Amino acid sequence: MRSPLVAALLVSAAMAPAAVKLLNVSYDPTREFYQDFNAAFRRYWKAKTGVDVEINQSHGGSGKQARAVIDGLPADVVTLALAYDIDAIAQRSQLLPGNWQSRLPNNSSPYTSTIVFLVRKGNPKHILDWGDLVRPGISVVTPNPKTSGGARWNYLAAWGYALRRYNHDENQAKDFVTKLYRNVPVLDSGARGATTTFAQRGIGDVLLAWENEAFLAINEIGKDKLELVAPSTSILAEPPVAVVDKVANRHGAAAVAQAYLEYLYSPAGQEIAARNYYRPRLPEVAAKYQTRFPHMALFTVDEVFGGWQKAQKKHFDDGGVFDQIYRAGK
Amino acid sequence: MRTPFFKSRSILPGFWPAFAFSTLYLGLIVLLPLSAIFLKTATTTWAHFWSVVSSPSVLASYRLSFGAAFLAALVNAVFGFLVAWVLVRYQFPGKRFVDALVDLPFALPTAVAGIALTTLYAENGWIGRLLAPLGIRVAFTPLGVLVALIFIGLPFVVRSVQPVLQDADREIEDAAASLGASRWQTFTRVVFPLVRPALLAGFAMAFARALGEYGSVVFISGNLPMRTEVTPLLIVTRLEQYDYTGATAIALVMLVASFVLLLGINIVQWRTRRFSETS
Repeated sequence: MRSPLVAALLVSAAMAPAAVKLLNVSYDPTREFYQDFNAAFRRYWKAKTGVDVEINQSHGGSGKQARAVIDGLPADVVTLALAYDIDAIAQRSQLLPGNWQSRLPNNSSPYTSTIVFLVRKGNPKHILDWGDLVRPGISVVTPNPKTSGGARWNYLAAWGYALRRYNHDENQAKDFVTKLYRNVPVLDSGARGATTTFAQRGIGDVLLAWENEAFLAINEIGKDKLELVAPSTSILAEPPVAVVDKVANRHGAAAVAQAYLEYLYSPAGQEIAARNYYRPRLPEVAAKYQTRFPHMALFTVDEVFGGWQKAQKKHFDDGGVFDQIYRAGK
Repeated sequence: MRTPFFKSRSILPGFWPAFAFSTLYLGLIVLLPLSAIFLKTATTTWAHFWSVVSSPSVLASYRLSFGAAFLAALVNAVFGFLVAWVLVRYQFPGKRFVDALVDLPFALPTAVAGIALTTLYAENGWIGRLLAPLGIRVAFTPLGVLVALIFIGLPFVVRSVQPVLQDADREIEDAAASLGASRWQTFTRVVFPLVRPALLAGFAMAFARALGEYGSVVFISGNLPMRTEVTPLLIVTRLEQYDYTGATAIALVMLVASFVLLLGINIVQWRTRRFSETS
């Protein structure tokens, strides 16, 4: 009796394009960027397929977000601060294949950033490059690399600079980084916390920060209070993105998840990234915004450290170089 | 006379259902999550467990966490008692307001407390600015950890001592005075023994709360390895390295140590109660 009605309902449901849901699990400083990007992608996808996408965001420390996904947060896509964190998801939960990073162009990093210095207006302590950070009496604010992904980029940037300066002498690099951390009065647990310590509480002469965070801080706190200093060389931070295959397949959202990430590489996506102070990959967008981003010699984690796994093990794991720096100081 | 193992002196019926329900409830809410810590830790090797729980930075954090929690609970025991005393014994304008203020550390999200305290005690903060010329630094030192732990622990002492003081018959004090006791004797021999069990309970709760505190401490401590890292932060650090068993290993050490300490405090409490009952 009821079956024709049910069948009719099913047919009509199949004909009307159903709304798709997407959960993007990201890290802290991308909040503003993905707000803009999601709106743009929704319009793009609606125009292209007629389907409404509802995109939900989750933000937090990169490592914490990765653990949440491992523990079952149903992320269709992850857009995190380090490849190491997505590696951890692949290894521990097998929700995506181990070769995830080769599935999208540019090591799966559609936009990049780097580590710059934020100093007080007028740069009273005359801090121009990494070498100035180890001067006695300079107070440097950076978060704890054990708990913050951003802090690990800061640390590796300093290490990479020292390696270049001392002709790849590891001992001298370690000395340099040790001296730098002697000048650190507080290690906040996350990047936003460190920005607050420096900008709101007025602690420290220089903050090591993501370039995009530095721009946001200047916009918010005022050009009359802070200014950005670009060191001669720094690290190319490549925040990676990936579809979490098993979750997206289960939600029937694999196609839209893939399109979502690919849209990050499109001129429109790159434009939004650049407007939110991420360095775009696409040459024409990069050219348009080249005056915004200071020119620096940038090295990658792969070039200098042989990848995140190695860098993590050597520097940040228990008993690693970072621990040694503080144990020696005791 | 032989005392029965399960004693139910209550005239109300229903001991067994109530007993069974509380056992089940405690099991589900307390024991189950705790046993998960044991099980997770059991998946590691003894060598890994030992290397984690005895690494230099973890050892330094035990000293800070247990030391600061103990000191904070001690300070709260003294001043919390004083606050409770004033609230019970004196009438003054705004008393209701002060009374409500005491609960604030309970209700405030700990991160907010941490940020507020750091703002106050940082070198350019209202209080920090006054202390800096004296050479006292609070924020980003162990002293800052102590300040945060005192803040969050205060209500425990006040709220456990207050009702006991309220119920205490003031006529006993008059009696003591009329029998020739000095004010000090009345306090130490009459009033203090009355509130001692409640004070100990408040101390134990403040101590336990301080030991596990993370939210407010991470802001004010500065998280400097070997100097101002508390044990809960190192547990988070382990998780950040995806070392789940390492995290539970440290958690287990804290759990066992806190349990032993709390048990010790409870035993002292039973002793003093029995002592006061027999004397």
